[in-house]
Amino acid sequence: MSRALRRMAHEITERNHGLDAVVLVGLVTGGVALAQQLAQLLGEIEAVTPPVGRLDVSFYRDDIALRRVMPHGVTNIPVELTDRIVVLVDDVLFTGRTVRAALDALNDHGRPRAVQLAVLVDRGHRELPIRPDFVGKNLPTARDEEVQVGLDGVEILRRFSAGPVLPASGGDPA
Amino acid sequence: MKHLLGVIGMPAQELTELLQLADSFAEVNARPIPKVPALRGRTVATLFFEDSTRTRVSFETAAKRLSADTLSFSVSSSSVKKGETLRDTALTLQAMRIDAIVVRHASSGAPWQLARWLDCSVINAGDGWHEHPTQALLDCYTLRRHFGSLQGLRIAIVGDVKHSRVARSNAWAFAALGAEVTLVAPRTLLPPSLAGWPVQSTEDLDSVLGRVDVVYLLRMQRERQGENLVPTLREYTARFGLTRERADRLADAAVVLHPGPMNRGVEIAPEVADQPRCLVLDQVANGVTVRMAVLYKLLAGADGVEAEHG
Repeated sequence: MSRALRRMAHEITERNHGLDAVVLVGLVTGGVALAQQLAQLLGEIEAVTPPVGRLDVSFYRDDIALRRVMPHGVTNIPVELTDRIVVLVDDVLFTGRTVRAALDALNDHGRPRAVQLAVLVDRGHRELPIRPDFVGKNLPTARDEEVQVGLDGVEILRRFSAGPVLPASGGDPA
Repeated sequence: MKHLLGVIGMPAQELTELLQLADSFAEVNARPIPKVPALRGRTVATLFFEDSTRTRVSFETAAKRLSADTLSFSVSSSSVKKGETLRDTALTLQAMRIDAIVVRHASSGAPWQLARWLDCSVINAGDGWHEHPTQALLDCYTLRRHFGSLQGLRIAIVGDVKHSRVARSNAWAFAALGAEVTLVAPRTLLPPSLAGWPVQSTEDLDSVLGRVDVVYLLRMQRERQGENLVPTLREYTARFGLTRERADRLADAAVVLHPGPMNRGVEIAPEVADQPRCLVLDQVANGVTVRMAVLYKLLAGADGVEAEHG
């Protein structure tokens, strides 16, 4: 998985011709540690570390009236986003609804020149027209499965809702 | 959590969860556009049977920053004057599909009664001498922001405790979060019995000044002057007012809180009210933040459905 992250870091600098305008924003909670790791890797590649923020999208979710959505972290955007290139970072991309909420939330913090999406795992099953710009790994899943990414970002587990925890087939041993 | 009626007896865990939730709204309030769409389509009504501008405005601001609609039912210009009962007034509001009623009433217990009658959420914005839970929460939040925690803080609540719902709610909330609370007041301004209160009490302000972290001043209610509870306001100030000389004897890190509106020159000297240690304006700002947390906690989501991540 660390190789996948390193590749994503290279793709981010390549796409943006360096890191001048780039800000990494990790989505609470799964994207926060990943954004930090990406920033560190980017720092090794480019000798400058981009600013890192974190975004909690609870108040922007479309299911807020259906279930109790409580924030799990406080948003912290350390720099002005207007005219920057924001790279949203999350661990798993699934329905796309979290990303939609994140796009709304970003609006309230300024008007970025561009917003890009980096995810460690794309498990499919999109419900909205959203696609990632940088993907660590495409992982075909069934809708009712759960994907867990370890805190250190090195293991992927595939879990059936009521069944035993199994290692993902073809998981990157890193 | 469907209603917020009081903080007396509320477990520390629940208080802390609300204060933590408030941190997220403090971030919202620090933005250039301090507004989130969280409660779009919800309606919050304020129903105040006692005058209060700041509390009502604070609740309305909080609701608007969550994108809820607000309406204010003011008793002086309403059918209540024509003899409508509390129950009918409340049922009328509910029939308009209001999601939460913020109520202030001169009778202790009125919000509990409303909560029994209504299906919507009820928030107590002050009932009689009984409770003022959001004031307690905003004061806890202010102290938590300032000191990091209330654990072990020594807090003196000074003034007319007897007639103060603020003192009651705050004493319990402060104590639940680990603070040591001392009530400071003449005996005429203390409740007849403090049995069950998690506090100590004294009639000597000067004896506690040097060893408290927080002086919480209550408003001296001038309208009670006719009741002969204190000989004169001047004598009250001489014994219980936070004069400049007294403020000088506080520890450097000690802070002063007041629920407002302040009587400058009575319970607090004008120059003390303007010192940086006086956190009154922080309290007002935090009031909006904490009320956003309360409204969100009560109104977001459907009952009994827990959060799902993804």
